Amino acid sequence: MRTMALETPDIGDEVKPIHEVDCVVKSNAPVNGEYRLLVLDAPLKILDCEPGQFFHLLCPISGNLQPYLRRPMSIYGYYPDKGELHFLYKVTGEGTAAMATMKKGDTFNVLGPLGKGFDILPNWQNLLLVARGVGLATLAPLALEARRLNRNLTAICSARSKSVLMSLDYFRDLGVNVIALTDEEATSSVGNMRRIIEALIANEGVDAMYTCGSNRILKLLQDVGKSHRIPGQIALEQQMACGFGMCQCCVRAFHREGLIVNERVCTEGPVFDLQEAIGC
Amino acid sequence: MLDLTTKIGTLKLKNPIMPASGTFSEDLARVFDLDLIGAHVTKTITREKRSGNPTPRVCEVRGSMLNSIGIPSKGVEAFLANVIPFYAQYDAPLIVSISAGSADEFASLCEDVSVPGVAAIEVNISCPNIEEDGKAFAMRPSTTEAVMRKLRNATDLPLWAKLTPNTGETTEVAKAAEAAGADALVVSNTLLAMAIDIHTRRPKLGNLMGGLSGPAFKPIALRMAYQCAKSVDIPVIGCGGISNLEDVIEYLIAGAVAVQVGTATFIEPKIMVNMVEGLEAYLKTQGLQTVSQLVGSVDDGEVSDGLVFMEAAP
Repeated sequence: MRTMALETPDIGDEVKPIHEVDCVVKSNAPVNGEYRLLVLDAPLKILDCEPGQFFHLLCPISGNLQPYLRRPMSIYGYYPDKGELHFLYKVTGEGTAAMATMKKGDTFNVLGPLGKGFDILPNWQNLLLVARGVGLATLAPLALEARRLNRNLTAICSARSKSVLMSLDYFRDLGVNVIALTDEEATSSVGNMRRIIEALIANEGVDAMYTCGSNRILKLLQDVGKSHRIPGQIALEQQMACGFGMCQCCVRAFHREGLIVNERVCTEGPVFDLQEAIGC
Repeated sequence: MLDLTTKIGTLKLKNPIMPASGTFSEDLARVFDLDLIGAHVTKTITREKRSGNPTPRVCEVRGSMLNSIGIPSKGVEAFLANVIPFYAQYDAPLIVSISAGSADEFASLCEDVSVPGVAAIEVNISCPNIEEDGKAFAMRPSTTEAVMRKLRNATDLPLWAKLTPNTGETTEVAKAAEAAGADALVVSNTLLAMAIDIHTRRPKLGNLMGGLSGPAFKPIALRMAYQCAKSVDIPVIGCGGISNLEDVIEYLIAGAVAVQVGTATFIEPKIMVNMVEGLEAYLKTQGLQTVSQLVGSVDDGEVSDGLVFMEAAP
């Protein structure tokens, strides 16, 4: 009988410790109509991160806002040179609403870095990143790492409107070839996205694809990946309790060797093989 | 010299703080040295591989949480091969939590996990008994006694019975477990509860209902731990909503010889270590030398048994 789930993790010396740290808020301001950027003064020991990893955040209690469990959030930026940890977020619930109340000088308890990040294999020279909305935040550290490794990166960024197309300057400043698609310009359809990707594959070539979040993009990239034999990775989300493997709350189903297996997004992920992922 | 040790039958723990089953795993070794706590308690295992309940498996309610994880298990073989060897590197005793759908399956699994490296077996009799209309074994004294007798015959290791709050017969169930040979009681598992999203009108858990844990549940589990400590002679291990040092002390005063910490570890992964340190400092400031001086020290006056063992709010 084949194994239905990953074997118990081997906690050897090579496994990194998890740190729980009180950081100090440097700034916490809106970057456009919908998103806010939180900049934390963070110790070096928590800034040894990989693109795609996340932190588990203890959101403050503020008046009527009383989040209880920690909230997982992907890292928007980690800068050991500046001692900064960045999160880009949209207020969607009690946890993020409480985060939005934090002011410069407040302390903020974070746990991490957690999870398995993106891979950039040595022979992956031309990278394609496809994201919708805030998904871009999860992929931003990947752009920085691609630049550090001297890889070519194209980013297809889709959003409702130009005004919420976030981080584009950030990506352009890193030398990324940015292709912006919006609903208001009617350029964000799956069909159009597919034509653009097919053209990239035909012209420059694509060695690996990265995405997160959107089911439509996942299905498109799985399809493109299969027909052109291009590998890919996806960062997935799931509601979490503990955030590092104990509680089995955050499982999702994956295709593996002809079986459907459950894996923990917090520990085996949040980055998974594109073809193994199942949308929800 | 301060003495944080506590005895659970023949088993001596260096301190009375241990994790609750399901909220602990090898992964916590990435946060602190696991030998700082009194014992290690595994997630409940079943003989067969199980995938667990549909998601969402957890939701939060004000200041607490509900879960319907549903005992996903890699099966007993993987457990014996991978999990027990991992804990051999630690001095803290390993407590293995097991569950099964019938008394015979329970006993056979109990026998199979009675191996070197295991210090005691916690039997999660709060799970549904498939032979008896699906109600948990520990909801009734008769089913508790029946399963505990079979378990008692299956192992020489200490047996801890984990009770359920989903019963109106707390002390009867506790006495039945004791009569059938339990060495200790863990009081208790989570309380059946529910939450609904008023916008989608969908239950917030994939399994519709789940177990309440966290601070909101503490007074209920504390009441049960108190009643059990009053009604049996075997040790009681308190479990339910313990979130800070004061909660630990409260359970000890109520009669628990040790405590299990669960949900609080999700919020503060190092909380158990902080509790051990805090308990030592507390004993010092109180002029106490041992944990046992606190255990059962509740000043409940000369109340009647009727009051102590009541099952309905007055």
